[in-house]
Order: sequence, then structure tokens, then C-alpha cells
Amino acid sequence: MSASTPTLEAATAPPRSSSPPAPPVRRTRRPVPNAVLGTAGLLGFLLLLELVPRLGIVNPAYLPPFSEMVRALVTQAGDAVFWEALSATLRGWALGLAIALAAGVVVGVVLGSSTFLREATATTVEFLRPIPSVALIPVVVLLFGSSMTSTLLLVVYASFWQVLVQVVYGVQDIDPVAHETARSYRLSTWRRIRTVVWPTVMPYAMTGFRLAAAVALILEITGELIIGSPGLGRIIALAQSAGAVENMYALVLVTGLIGVAVNLLARAVERRALHWHPSIRGAAS
Amino acid sequence: MTGAATDVVRRALLALTLPVVLVATWWFATAGSTSFYWPPLADIATAFTETWTGERIAADVLPSLVRLTTGLAIAIVLGVAGGLLIGSSRVLRAVLEPPMELLRAIPPPVLVPVIMLFAGIGDGMKVAVIASGCVWPVLLNTVEGVRGVDPVLRETARSYRLGGARRVRVLLLRAASPQIMAGARQALAIGVILMVISEMFAATNGLGFTIVQFQRSFAIPQMWSGVILLGLIGVALSLLFKLVERRVLGWYHGLRAAQRKA
Amino acid sequence: MTVHSTIEKSAAGASGGPGPVALDVVGMGKTYAGSGAAVEAVRDLTFAVRPGELVCIVGPSGCGKTTLLRCIAGLMSPTVGEVVLEGRRVDGPPEGMAVVFQEYGRSLFPWLTVSQNVELPLKDKKGIGKARRRELVAEALEAVGLAHAGEQYPWQLSGGMQQRVAIARAVAYEPKVLLMDEPFAAVDAQTRADLEDLVRSLWHRLGVTVLFVTHDIDESVYLGERVIILSSSPTVVLEDVVIDLPDDRDQLTTRSEARFAELRTHVYERIQEAKRGHRPAAAG
Repeated sequence: MSASTPTLEAATAPPRSSSPPAPPVRRTRRPVPNAVLGTAGLLGFLLLLELVPRLGIVNPAYLPPFSEMVRALVTQAGDAVFWEALSATLRGWALGLAIALAAGVVVGVVLGSSTFLREATATTVEFLRPIPSVALIPVVVLLFGSSMTSTLLLVVYASFWQVLVQVVYGVQDIDPVAHETARSYRLSTWRRIRTVVWPTVMPYAMTGFRLAAAVALILEITGELIIGSPGLGRIIALAQSAGAVENMYALVLVTGLIGVAVNLLARAVERRALHWHPSIRGAAS
Repeated sequence: MTGAATDVVRRALLALTLPVVLVATWWFATAGSTSFYWPPLADIATAFTETWTGERIAADVLPSLVRLTTGLAIAIVLGVAGGLLIGSSRVLRAVLEPPMELLRAIPPPVLVPVIMLFAGIGDGMKVAVIASGCVWPVLLNTVEGVRGVDPVLRETARSYRLGGARRVRVLLLRAASPQIMAGARQALAIGVILMVISEMFAATNGLGFTIVQFQRSFAIPQMWSGVILLGLIGVALSLLFKLVERRVLGWYHGLRAAQRKA
Repeated sequence: MTVHSTIEKSAAGASGGPGPVALDVVGMGKTYAGSGAAVEAVRDLTFAVRPGELVCIVGPSGCGKTTLLRCIAGLMSPTVGEVVLEGRRVDGPPEGMAVVFQEYGRSLFPWLTVSQNVELPLKDKKGIGKARRRELVAEALEAVGLAHAGEQYPWQLSGGMQQRVAIARAVAYEPKVLLMDEPFAAVDAQTRADLEDLVRSLWHRLGVTVLFVTHDIDESVYLGERVIILSSSPTVVLEDVVIDLPDDRDQLTTRSEARFAELRTHVYERIQEAKRGHRPAAAG
């Protein structure tokens, strides 16, 4: 879906000494730590979510107070339907992402290592990649109905390209000298892949993984919402059509928390991968 | 001379062979198809010209595109303005980071039922869905871009007393433009998804609506033609975006190339 | 004013005697308040620069030269003391001042052409019409030998040419005082000699006051009418040396003069002392 996903993590770094705000007042104030500010921001946001409907700024029928959302969530958490939906969403996401990752890495390494194959497939890839995966919704519904398979296909299609493109970049980035050296020492193909190809491609693949993880979640929820395959998206749609507004918001909040967890996980995985290959950092993002 | 000519021919062959082979395979494999789900590509092509040339352009295609561009434009304006503001202040950034991380992590499709509560099922709902889904990548990328402005460049601007609007226009916006464009590209992809599904979810016209109608009424060649049209629109938008990007970021690619050479 | 008379006067000016002053640094100190202990970078600096003078500031590495320059440029406020430019206290980037940074590649706007880079600061300067702006840009580029490169982007030029663009931008701004922060530290030796001569000739032609910070002893003696030697951090002025070389300087003849060698040796010895931690008794 894109080349880079923004992160705010570096915002915790201290301001650079070379660009201080040059305060007119000549006393040194100790800055408030970011963690305190961040907690205040989150609490303020939740307070706003509570007060805006309570004070009637927004009709509570459209936006229930935050405490109501929490109560609805607690009630739903006692219901097996919620847990089944949650687990269906997570399973669909993980399975789709795993397939896309495996397929993207294999196809990417093959395409990337041959100039001929890369050139021969470039236009096709450039054409297929921007096709919105949601365009496939009618087709998969026709073929597989509102089953998990339908949504899985959407997830795989959308996240596959993210991985593929990064891996192809990665393979092209392999140092030709290292490649020649490996060849001249007559390393076996397998060892060459392990010692030369994989270390270079890995960080790119991890960037692809991070981008694909977010895209996969979007398409998983989309499929559940539109196609009606099992998962949180479907029970959101059900809550909406039943007019259970608090339940709907509670579930939306849950999808947001899953999203946060997915982003944190993907970043942690990527950072681990980039940790031992820091030089790639700039190029890969 | 002839070397260059053969190179052009070779490149053209490489670029066109696989697409032609794929389309031809589809064409001949389905030529005599009696399968209900896989009509002959020839039928789909006929359906395409019949379906998407007449009044449907004004009735379905244009409304969809107008919603998309309006929503995207709102998202970009809000995202860039907010990003400039938040990116310029450490305190604002630290305070707003957690709520923004939560909001942008919500998968945009769930915004459809939420925004339907407020805005019904009209054009306003679709534009609001697209805008509120697309604003996050633009906003967060702009924050990153503004934060990453080279301190030496900042000081240069300060020492020459560049202020106000000129500082924003010449320094911040331009310096952040690579990140802003990256955000806009994400927003475009999300916007297309939201355009289609908001129309599939609840609408009376538009591409998403019409294609689902075809599918539900088992007008299969028409449905296929709609899927292909959506694909073509996706490809066209991505080409258009590349064109804009090449203009806006020409300096950036030149700079990067120069740095790589050094 | 003739340059020779400036040299004679500067002998008195070095100790802060009477006469017109372009830039006055009075008891300036800067302490950085970190998260841990406070770091005193500059303790007590006092010196004056006369209108039209070319003064070099030299010191051991890490001696707070850059801190001093940033305080003078108004990019940072000193903790104690003050900087006065033409009678007005500096509390932000002052109007009549232009800065040439060491990092030429990063101080030019990569999305603007060379001409646009030079023109940009003029747009916010009062009383300059479009035609006059064009004129100033053309003159400045001509003066640094880049009249042909106006439509190119900075990153298409070599390092030395990029620094010429930064100098042209400063010159076109018509500053009263030109600050240069180790401007040639990152260019190769030959380019460096050319750029040194460029600074001398621009200074002659424009009569601008130049404050040139460098860590290169030869460069400071070759360029300056005066060399202010700084101690190591926390910084004080170690010595204010008058460079009594002929005004007409040349890379070959000037550098081979006996007097040049003497001055150079003198400055060199003082810097070595500074590195060993020597400081004037008063500032101890």
C-alpha cells in the first residue's frame, strides 16, 4: 500500500542540541518527560470521549460516553460470540499474512535474482499491484460465499504485493562483490542463499512484513464487514444493523487495540531484524 | 544506432510479452466456457463496452471518483496542516502521540458503520469515511517530515529571518514533501478501498454499489467487467500519482542519486 | 575607508580602545543545562570588531567556537553577558547579519535552484523590488564565479561550488557583518585556497565586516587582520594578535614570507598551550 509507515517512536529522543528553541527567558526549565505528556494525552482523549456525549455536544445515541463503551465491552466479554469472533479475526489475519509472507519471499527471491525475469514481469506486477483488492470482493463471494476462504483471498492478495516488492528490492541490493566471492569459493547454492542472500534480504522482508501486517488487518476486517465472513467485522456490522451502538463502539475500540498490537509487534520484529543490519535502515524504509 | 534500436525492441518485448500471454491465456481458456462463473473473456469485453460507456459513467463512475477526490483532498489538507502544527512542537507531539496511534490503528473499514450513524448513507457519509480513513497516514507522515527537517537548514532559515508563511512554504512543506507524498500514496490506496466498500455497504449508486448489484443479480459478465474497471481505475490513479510525484519530488530523487554517487 | 588604516587602528581596537565598533562581545558566557550536570562551554569572552575588519577566531578543537558564533548570530542566547551589533543588543537573528555554515550541503535548500537559493532571503528583506533582487542575485553569482550555474540545483555542483553558492547568498543579502563558521573545513585543499582568496577579494570589494571562525592556524593568519585565539573550554580569550602582513595577500608569496611564519608559529604555540590547559590567570 505504500513505501513507508510513519512512526512516532523517535519522538522520545531528546531534542537536538543544535536546534534549541532559544528561550528569551534565561532560566533553565527541566522539560516534562514524554511519558508523562503521553499519558496525559491518552487520558485527555478518553475524558473527551466521556464528556462530549455527556455534555450533549454530540448526541449520545450516536456517540455513547466512553464508560458506556467499556461497560458494553465487559458485557460482551462474557459472551462466547465475542471470543469466537476475535479468534476468527486473529486467525484469518495470521494465516493470510503467513501465506503472503511465504509467497512474497519465494517469488521475490526468484524474480529478484534474474534480470530477465524481473524485466519480463515488471509491467505485470506494476499493473496487478495497484488493483484494489476490494475489487475482488464480488468474485470471491461468487466463488466461495461468505466463508473464511473469501476473506483469506483478499488478505493474501493485498499483503502479498507489500512483501514481494520489498524482497525484490532486497535481492537487487545484494552486494555483487559478496556474490562473486561466494561463487568463487564454490559455495553451494543453499549456503550462498544462507550466507549472502538471506542476510541482505531479511531486513527488506521484515519491512515488507511490517507493511503487510497492517494491510492484512485492514482487509481481514473489510472482508468480515462486507462479505460477512466470521470475525469482529461481522459482529460490528450486526451490532450496527441491530442499533446496538455501545456494542459497536466497544468492538471498534477492540479492533483499534488489535491494530496497535499489530503495529507494535511488527515494529518490534522489524527492529530486531534491522538491529544486526543497521546500514539498511534508511534504504529500506 | 541499431544497438539502441534493438534495445528498445527488446525492452518492449520484455514489457509486453507476459501481459499479452496472460490475457491471451484467459481469452482462449474461457473461449468456449459454459461455466456460469467464468464467462468467456470475449463476453466480458462486450459487457464492458455496453456497461461502462453510456450513462453509467455519469451515474456511477463519476460520483465514485468525486467522492474519492473530495475525501482525499480533505484528508490531505487536514493531515498536512495538522502535521505542520504537531510536528513543530515537542509537547504537542508527545501529548497527541498515544491517541493518534490508537486512532490510526483502527482499521479504516470499521469507520463505515460508525460514520453512518452521524452522516446517514449519502455522499457526505462516503466523503467523511474516506477523509477520516485517509487523514492518518498523511498526518503522521507530515509530523515525521517536519520533525526531520535538517537542523542546519532550519538555522539557515532562521539566520536569514525567514518567517511566517514563507518559512512554512519554502522550508517546512518542501522539506517534508517526501514524507507527505509517501503518506498521500498510502492514503490513496486506503481511499480507493473505502470508496468501494462504503458503496458496497450502503449506497444507491457508485461503482461499489453497481458491481455488488451485478453480483447479486448474477449478471456475471457485467460483474467481471466492473471488477476490471475497478482494476483499471486503480492502475490509472497510481500512474497519475507517479506523475505528480515525479514533478513534486524531482529534486529529492536528484539529491538522493547525487548522494549515492558520492 | 582604506584597509591599511584599519590595520593600524585595530592594534588599539584589539584591547577595546575607542573608535567605532561594529560588533561588541561583552563578558559573554554560555552554560548548557543538561539532564545531568551543567556544562560550562564558554566562560567569559570579551572582544570588539571594528566596521570593515576581517577577524579570525581560532582555537583548539572543541573550544566553544561554534557556541560563540551561534550566540553572535542570535541563534542561541548567552547565559551571561551580551552581544551588541551596531549598538543594538542581539536577542535573535539580527537584520544586518549573514551566516555561512560549515555544512554547505545542508544549508542550501535542495529543492531550490542556485539562483532561487540566493534570492530567497532577499524576498523577506524590506525595500527590495523584484528587479533589484534579480540584479543582486546576478551580481553575487558573478562575484563567486558561478554566473553560469544559476539554473542548476545545488546537489548538481561540487562541494566547493556549493560553498560558493552559500557565500553568494550571504553576499547578496548585503550584510553589515558576515559570520563564517569553519566554512572551508569540508572542502579539499586546492578548493580551499581558492575560496580563501575569494573571501579576501569579496571583503575588499564590499567593505563588509567579517568574522571568520576556523580551526586552521594557517588559514587564520593568511586571512585575518586580527586573530583572536581562544582557550580550551570553558572558553576565554587567550590572545588578540594583530596580523601585520601586507594587505595584498597571495597564496604563494604571503605564505612564504618570514613574518607569516613568525605569526603562524606564535599562534601555533599559543594553541598548543591552550590544549595543555593553560589559561590567563585572571580567567582561571
